[in-house]
Amino acid sequence: MGRIQLENVTKSFGETQVIPPLDLSIEDGEFAVFVGPSGCGKSTLLRLIAGLEETTSGRVLIDDEDVTLVSPSKRGLSMVFQTYALYPHMTVRKNIAFPMRMAGLSEAEQNKRIMAAADSLNLTDYLDRKPGQLSGGQRQRVAIGRAIVRDPKAFLFDEPLSNLDAALRVGMRIEITEMHTRMGTTMIYVTHDQVEAMTMADKIVVLQAGVIEQVGSPLDLYRAPRNLFVAGFIGSPKMNFIEGDEAAKRGAQTIGIRPEHIDVVDSGPWTGTVGVAEHLGSDTFFHIHGTGLADILTVRAVGDVQMSHGDTIHLCPREGDIHRFDAAGLRLS
Amino acid sequence: MAIVAQTTRRSRISRATLAWIVGLLFFFPIFWMVLTSFKTDADAVKPEFLIWFTPTLENYANMTENYDYWRFATNSVITSVFATVFALAVGIPCAYAMAFRPSRATKDVLMWMLSTKMLPAAAVLYPMTFLTKGLGLYDTHFIVIMVLMLINLPIVVWMLFTYFKEIPKEIIEAGQMDGVNTFGEIREILIPLAWGGIASTALLCFIFSWNEAYWTVRLTTTEAATLSKLIEGNRAPEGLFFGRLSAVSAAAVGPIVVLGWFCQKQLVQGLTFGAVK
Repeated sequence: MGRIQLENVTKSFGETQVIPPLDLSIEDGEFAVFVGPSGCGKSTLLRLIAGLEETTSGRVLIDDEDVTLVSPSKRGLSMVFQTYALYPHMTVRKNIAFPMRMAGLSEAEQNKRIMAAADSLNLTDYLDRKPGQLSGGQRQRVAIGRAIVRDPKAFLFDEPLSNLDAALRVGMRIEITEMHTRMGTTMIYVTHDQVEAMTMADKIVVLQAGVIEQVGSPLDLYRAPRNLFVAGFIGSPKMNFIEGDEAAKRGAQTIGIRPEHIDVVDSGPWTGTVGVAEHLGSDTFFHIHGTGLADILTVRAVGDVQMSHGDTIHLCPREGDIHRFDAAGLRLS
Repeated sequence: MAIVAQTTRRSRISRATLAWIVGLLFFFPIFWMVLTSFKTDADAVKPEFLIWFTPTLENYANMTENYDYWRFATNSVITSVFATVFALAVGIPCAYAMAFRPSRATKDVLMWMLSTKMLPAAAVLYPMTFLTKGLGLYDTHFIVIMVLMLINLPIVVWMLFTYFKEIPKEIIEAGQMDGVNTFGEIREILIPLAWGGIASTALLCFIFSWNEAYWTVRLTTTEAATLSKLIEGNRAPEGLFFGRLSAVSAAAVGPIVVLGWFCQKQLVQGLTFGAVK
């Protein structure tokens, strides 16, 4: 079991309140991702759950048990840190065995679990090495190995992939997702990368300045962002925001349309000049100037569309995919 | 290019020469002390025997036979070892708390600890003497160990704090997540990681305790007297017993110099960079 609830939790560092009163519930077996720009309080929130930070007020519950005042070592959670935080003086084997040794597991049981973890994480050949002799990706696997062997109620990941290179990041992302499917344990994952959030999460929690902007499944957030912040944060490339006549025509202060929801046509309602064209092969991204709608309009065309700098381009938005927001930045239904 | 190379070479030579001069300057008193310890008291003050003299072991023989050198030496070992062990036993948890669980007062506490070193020892001489005598602790190992430990504690805590700060906080937090209690964190993670720093702190504390003379001379007579007391006992205002005094001094600093020599690498390493990063 691993149901985690935050009730009216706040956190202040001195005079500065980084987490205003906040309620959140993460169900057993769920993969929850906290996402937001740096400094939004997502890591602090994770550390409050871990017990590494004390709450200023409010309660933290794990499986309906109040753990607000329980030390991190007794909460039964595992954490994977951004900097891996392996014990440099111990071999990989000892690193992985450490939490089990602390829990007083038998030597035989320890070895069994070490071998199982090493096997699933491709670490069998490295068990007798020290962390200093491993690459970044291998270190992160050891950190994950150390987290899984103790069979925690939930895993906490604090930006675990941000120190890895892009290719490795994609690979590890898939491995962690597979691990979640296989084990079915609750996972809470902190990242500033919305692609990680979209691809891994069952539930995304978007945070800004300590406030939860929206909670929902990746596609809920993509299809119906609750406000301008979520709309701009989720989705890559970013959603285009248009104010003025086009918005007023649709009864909104601001309208938003994602780059993939604007079609390149021979003649359409919007016209502009191509600035930068990014040809990815599978897609082409156009940054378009001079539409009179926004400074730059980003458009995603499927396939390789042969247009380049300075060309005139005609565009047609898909009306059904236009998001409308009021003056306060909230979504209009 | 040639000019640059030549200049570098010349500056390297002059720097080496300078280093040698400074080194010899520092070494000279020790050298002179050792040399004098092999002279008779009479020869020691005669200018004609400055360098050329007939060496004798008389002073050393005299020292072990008449002054019970070994008892003083044993006391020095006992008090320095225990003072160091106790200082670490208090200092490690203390520095741990300040490095990994800092509060708003941590900086002030550190400063306050250091400020105790600014108090002149003479200022508390009388209270200390009356207190120890009143409590019946005068001339006991216990009081010497306590005093040595306490006067070294600020430096021990300060040094350990600096080493512990080098250890990434996440490693300690990982320990907490892995189910270790505070004691386990110190034993399993902190001590192995800061081993170099702890060793050099211990060594320095031991050296300071061994060399301490103000309190060891004043709070002991015979039972707990250390080598500092032995040197002090051989000091005569007339300066007549230079040979004997030098022998005692050489025998007192000898062990610590040898220890320092063996631990040189460890000490320099510990004092210059952190062991973890």
